[in-house]
Amino acid sequence: MTKTQNIGTRLNISTNTLNKEDLPGDFALWIFIFAEMLAFGVLFVAYAFARAKDVAIFNESQLTLSLSSGVINTLVLITSSYFVVRGVSAIKHGSSKHCAYFLTGAFLLGGVFVCVKMWEFNAKFSAGITMSTNNFYMFYLSLTFFHFMHVLMGMVILGYIIIKSLRSGYSVQDYVGVETGASFWHMVDFLWIILFPLIYIIR
Amino acid sequence: MKYASQAVAKPYFIAAIALFLGQILFGLIMGLQYVVGDFLFPAIPFNVARMVHTNLLIVWLLFGFMGASYYLIPEESETELFSPKLAIITFWVFLVAGAITVLGYLMVPYASLAKWTGNDLLNTMGREFLEQPLPTKVGIVLVALSWLFNIVMTVLKGRKTAISMVLTLGMLGLAAFWLFSFYNPVNLVKDKFYWWWVVHLWVEGVWELILGAMLAFVLIKVTGVDREVIEKWLYVIITMTLVTGIIGTGHHYFYIGLPEYWLWWGSIFSALEPIPFLMMTIFAFNMVNKRRRDHPNKAAVIWALGTSVVAFLGAGLWGFLHTLAPVNYYTHGTQLTAAHGHLAFYGAYALVVLTMISYAMPILRGRAANSEKAQVMEMWSFWLMTVSMFVIALLLTGAGIVQVWLQRVSETPMGFMAVQDQLAIFYWAREAVGVVFLIGLLLYIWSFFVKDKSPVLA
Repeated sequence: MTKTQNIGTRLNISTNTLNKEDLPGDFALWIFIFAEMLAFGVLFVAYAFARAKDVAIFNESQLTLSLSSGVINTLVLITSSYFVVRGVSAIKHGSSKHCAYFLTGAFLLGGVFVCVKMWEFNAKFSAGITMSTNNFYMFYLSLTFFHFMHVLMGMVILGYIIIKSLRSGYSVQDYVGVETGASFWHMVDFLWIILFPLIYIIR
Repeated sequence: MKYASQAVAKPYFIAAIALFLGQILFGLIMGLQYVVGDFLFPAIPFNVARMVHTNLLIVWLLFGFMGASYYLIPEESETELFSPKLAIITFWVFLVAGAITVLGYLMVPYASLAKWTGNDLLNTMGREFLEQPLPTKVGIVLVALSWLFNIVMTVLKGRKTAISMVLTLGMLGLAAFWLFSFYNPVNLVKDKFYWWWVVHLWVEGVWELILGAMLAFVLIKVTGVDREVIEKWLYVIITMTLVTGIIGTGHHYFYIGLPEYWLWWGSIFSALEPIPFLMMTIFAFNMVNKRRRDHPNKAAVIWALGTSVVAFLGAGLWGFLHTLAPVNYYTHGTQLTAAHGHLAFYGAYALVVLTMISYAMPILRGRAANSEKAQVMEMWSFWLMTVSMFVIALLLTGAGIVQVWLQRVSETPMGFMAVQDQLAIFYWAREAVGVVFLIGLLLYIWSFFVKDKSPVLA
């Protein structure tokens, strides 16, 4: 008990510029999330500029994307985020076991996303499409690949939290780690929710 | 000094400063050759002076990094260095090999040097910054391996901290990417592609890890802020550094025969490279503001804060200035690049090594900090060198803008050498400010010899 209280006090020192109620998880991760959002933001703006110069090619190439796999992946990620929410709620009620189960659900859905995405990449590569085909495919491949890497990163983080949680590494008093991982996962989900309509649908 | 073996850092630091002085002297020779073309010709032609200037920079920074890690790692690991003897042998091997190489540059025509040192066995010479003869290149591999071995063995037997992990990772990357200096494909595009894996991935990748670790170490020591807080920042900063810096390599891949997508990748990711530098500035000032003690070594605090600010300006801002592909189309390889190169190297790497020396050297000499008088002199040297390097960057930026205009934008573009004549005023001013920089450096060296009867004890 005293140990967790100590951790709590230490965290308050490190995050004293912000009330813990304002941002869930560790403040340092939020700096990282803002930087990531900025990076993707710049990529989205670059996409907009490139598209404006070549609307016809962008519209034409967009039709070749697999809309159904995009929709499946959107549903998969949103559902995974729901599981993450339930996981955080479980640890807030002191159940490490349920937290681990829900996060495992999210982890497996992340795996589904990765498989669908790899199938999609494979289809494009076997059709002879590369980064040099045209600017649309360049952006499509780059953006979805960077996002793909973030999903993998998110799965590594979730995996770490699941193991720690199964070993009762978190408690009602100290679940900052779970919230930190959850925040990262929601960011990955959120970026996809922008990326999917932007690349697959909007024309 | 907590561990006796930390003392091996001392000769490294002394060599670093001596070579730094050499670098600046050759810089001044070369700066004058910009306007007086035959100055010291044929004894020291421009290309040789440039080679010595840039090679000495790299070598003194490496001495600084090595000294810093031999000082820092025992303290972080809470154990003596694995082998102080190996560290000293490595020092002499590196120093002698470096000296022979520079003498070779100065006394033998480059083509003969290449012939005598087996360049026909494995052709690696003749490329900017990688001019070293084959035996020197192999020597650098051996020195780096010996350094890495010593540090890794020390880390393994002691406490493992974020700082020692990040530093070791940086060193590992430094050693690994150096290997690309041995790869010299005939195809010029491929040659350049991998050439940047040494040049760019060193200074905009793995070296930044070494920089971050050194800065974090000094900040923990001088501010007394919780290690956990500083380490957390360190992780966030190095992650951003690697994400932006690695793909940011693409900003060298514009218009040289590589695929078009590099224009986008290079522009976007390198435009984000200033972010970790900005974070580093915020981080350093935050930690100093939150300090829990006033360390007697105030000079070290100034060097540390200076590192974070000038690194952001030189590497971040001046880099961003010409990193977008449409801008770089005009500015590529002009004096703007030189402006960025000078301020970035000084801000990020020269300053962090000087920070480390400023913090560690008094302790290595048996006191917590130098006397008031010596510290004041050190602060003077900080301001003289920093302000003059900033002015040099401004002058070269001015020269670069005029150069781009006259040579590449104007309706009646002029030839390269004709434009250089037009830039003479900038070059003269740069040379004058360079002398001020030298005075700052001499003052810095002098500060080590100041005798004061009341050394600060803590």
